[in-house]
Amino acid sequence: MPNLEFDTAHLLAGGLVLVSFVLLYQDRLTSLLNIYAVHALVLALSVAWQANIQDAPHLYVTAALALGFKAIVIPVALRRIVARLGIHREIETVVGIGPTMLCGMALVALSMVVMLRVTTEATPIAREDLAFALAVVLLGLLIMVTRRNAVGQVVGFMSLENGLVLAATGARGMPLVVEISAAFSILIAFIVIGIFLFRIRERFDTVDIGALDQFRGERR
Amino acid sequence: MSLVVVLACVGVLLVASVLGIGTARTRAGTPLVYGVSLAACTVALVAALGQLLSNAAAPALVLPLALPWLGAHFRIDALAAFFLVVVDLGGSAASLYALGYGTHESAPQRVLPFYPAFLAGMNLVVLADDAFTFLLCWEFMSLTSWALVMSHHRDADNRRAGYIYLVMASFGTFALMLAFGLLAGPTGGYAFEVMRTGQHGPLIAALVLTLVLLGAGSKAGLVPLHVWLPLAHPAAPSHVSALMSGVMTKVAVYGFIRIVLDLLGTPSWWSSMAVLTLAGITTVMGVLYALMQHDLKRLLAYHTVENIGIVFIGLGLALGFKAYAMPLAAALALTAALFHVFNHSLFKSLLFFGAGSVLTATGERDMERLGGLIHRMPLAAFAFLVGCAAISALPPLNGFVSEWLTFQAILLSPAVPQWGLKILVPGVGALLALSAALAAACFVKAYGVTFLGRPRTPVAEKATETDRFSLVAMFTLAALCLLAGILPGFVIDALAPVSQALIGSRVPVQASDPWLTIVPIAASRSSYDGLLVFVFIGLAGLTTAMAIHRFASHALRRSAAWDCGFPDPSPATQYTAASFAQPIRRVYGTLAFRARERVEMPPPGDARPAVLHVSLRDLVWDWFYAPVEGAVATAAGRLNQFQFLTIRKYLSLVFALLVILLLVLAIWL
Repeated sequence: MPNLEFDTAHLLAGGLVLVSFVLLYQDRLTSLLNIYAVHALVLALSVAWQANIQDAPHLYVTAALALGFKAIVIPVALRRIVARLGIHREIETVVGIGPTMLCGMALVALSMVVMLRVTTEATPIAREDLAFALAVVLLGLLIMVTRRNAVGQVVGFMSLENGLVLAATGARGMPLVVEISAAFSILIAFIVIGIFLFRIRERFDTVDIGALDQFRGERR
Repeated sequence: MSLVVVLACVGVLLVASVLGIGTARTRAGTPLVYGVSLAACTVALVAALGQLLSNAAAPALVLPLALPWLGAHFRIDALAAFFLVVVDLGGSAASLYALGYGTHESAPQRVLPFYPAFLAGMNLVVLADDAFTFLLCWEFMSLTSWALVMSHHRDADNRRAGYIYLVMASFGTFALMLAFGLLAGPTGGYAFEVMRTGQHGPLIAALVLTLVLLGAGSKAGLVPLHVWLPLAHPAAPSHVSALMSGVMTKVAVYGFIRIVLDLLGTPSWWSSMAVLTLAGITTVMGVLYALMQHDLKRLLAYHTVENIGIVFIGLGLALGFKAYAMPLAAALALTAALFHVFNHSLFKSLLFFGAGSVLTATGERDMERLGGLIHRMPLAAFAFLVGCAAISALPPLNGFVSEWLTFQAILLSPAVPQWGLKILVPGVGALLALSAALAAACFVKAYGVTFLGRPRTPVAEKATETDRFSLVAMFTLAALCLLAGILPGFVIDALAPVSQALIGSRVPVQASDPWLTIVPIAASRSSYDGLLVFVFIGLAGLTTAMAIHRFASHALRRSAAWDCGFPDPSPATQYTAASFAQPIRRVYGTLAFRARERVEMPPPGDARPAVLHVSLRDLVWDWFYAPVEGAVATAAGRLNQFQFLTIRKYLSLVFALLVILLLVLAIWL
């Protein structure tokens, strides 16, 4: 079974891109957070598989971090924030779902074209992983751009971060320091943004970042 | 050994700068900082002079500072030793002067910490032997001098001067950085000894020359890059003005010589043409600008532009002669330029000290409000007179010698085989001659209006003689001007190692010539004896005085008092600076400054006096700087919209840029 390693890695990385697409068309906040948990779970599986095939036990730590923090702690905490704030369940997307999905597909195609062409010298697994990782990063950015709600943007940012972790684990011999710092940075970003949400809420009674723009005296 | 001594002095100066922060507000601060600076500069001066005269092998040192794989290279070759002498001589004189002048400083806490650091920076630029250290020290020198320019920042004019200086200095450093990048090439050898071995094509050489003319030229004050200089130099305290004008511009000249004559390899004829053309324009425009000024310090600053032009004429000639393998002529031109560098550092410092003394005594810089100071401050007036005579290139003082040497080099130009240079050089010579005459007029005006006649304002009436430290500094420099003028052979011989190193040839040994004559080429061609001229002037003066006292009639005569040309007793009716400059303004101003005169005549029956309006425009500013300023303002206005986007729009911008870059990558690869 020489191809099992490659196929499984391919499947998991492709699954991450797929879940990113699922994130892209969610219009409810709670389901967005649920799907994000799935996103982090797939990432954890992918990283664990990489740890298995690369014989790199330290990657299991990364997988555990992804599972613990990103799949459980952060979604639960964000869900509590959403509940505490009592914010409306609808996400106001800026662009319609159809065009957004088309954009997403174009981005995936772009990242495939670029990455497969650039990384001709890398191993096939690393090539596929890097291409998918770039797709996940671009989709994360697209999520951030198409949401008006701060929580939605946080989720977009964290899925982007997941793409980075995928890229970091796909390449052989990346030291553990990178993953830990990445995990911590996401946690810190989450804390900071969480605090910001409360501050915005305190001041403007909404987490719609449009209120910030209004406060700065601008039109949208 | 000399290198270690000079570096130690630099260290002492940096410590003094830290001391200056702590003690600036106490009474001991001023004498402490200037005293330490004086001592450090004097020791460094002796070390550098020893290095220059002993002609020993150049000491070099690599300190583990700055970039880890490069280190900080320091070296004193003949060129560096000569410029160290200029820097530290100017530094010692300014520190001595400041021991007296600095006590009148209203904000010592803004001057004392930066002054020794500025001196240290100038020393380090000359010592540096790799591009990184050079640029770092160059920028350090610029920033410390900028801080000194801004020391009286409550004045809006000073703030504007500081702003323009900062912009020009950053621009200059940027240009030099690119020049060094081109010299280092793709291999990135940033040590000067590596650069020296590099071979450069004509395109790279032309680019480097342009960048160095922009970078070092803007610091030195070549027209049209001089605009910051007449604003920034007068804005600083006078001893700093003296350093900036007399010494820092020389450090810029050093940078030019180091890169173009040392690192760039054999020059081409067009580099000489470019430098000569710029230098010729600089010389005449500088002195014309100076003539139109009535602010004493600004006049001196503009006049620095003229002298930099003279130095660059010498350098341009040296480039041309070197390109056509005429080593003797090239050595003569280089020696003339370096001699003028030395001279200008002496008399420009002296004149700025004089202007500073006038400023302390009266609080005025405007010549139209001064006058008659020769009776109130006779010693300072005498020293200033020596400086004026020297800068006007009158024998037997030093200014004459270096300009004479430059002319000797110009007279060698018919031997150049290239026709463009053959035609250009005499034209530049004519410009040089014109500027020498105009400079004399300029300083007759500066001295006459400031020191002669009667006081035009009460403050000028109440002026008192300046303090002892200032006088000692001024008289030392005046004595050096005279010494360098009557014993020029020794200076020329001291400069021989520099031209030997850069050109591979030297001016014949002068010290062995009888009667201290200097013979730059051959006795049949031309020679000059400063000592004989001095003795002759002295004897003629004495004889005339004796003849008048001995043979003139002692009979008592009574007649109406001579009214000295102004029958109206008000001092306002004296000849003013503007009236002195008027004929020259009529001749050159219409072309050079688009000068327009308009007489506003009241209608008949109206008792108001008629008014003469004169308008001058700075064409360099109008043509070069105003368009750039306008373009920058327009672009900034357009970009300002990006300052106030929504967060989502910023994210979208980043996203769009990323996608575009990826697309470019996808298509391009």
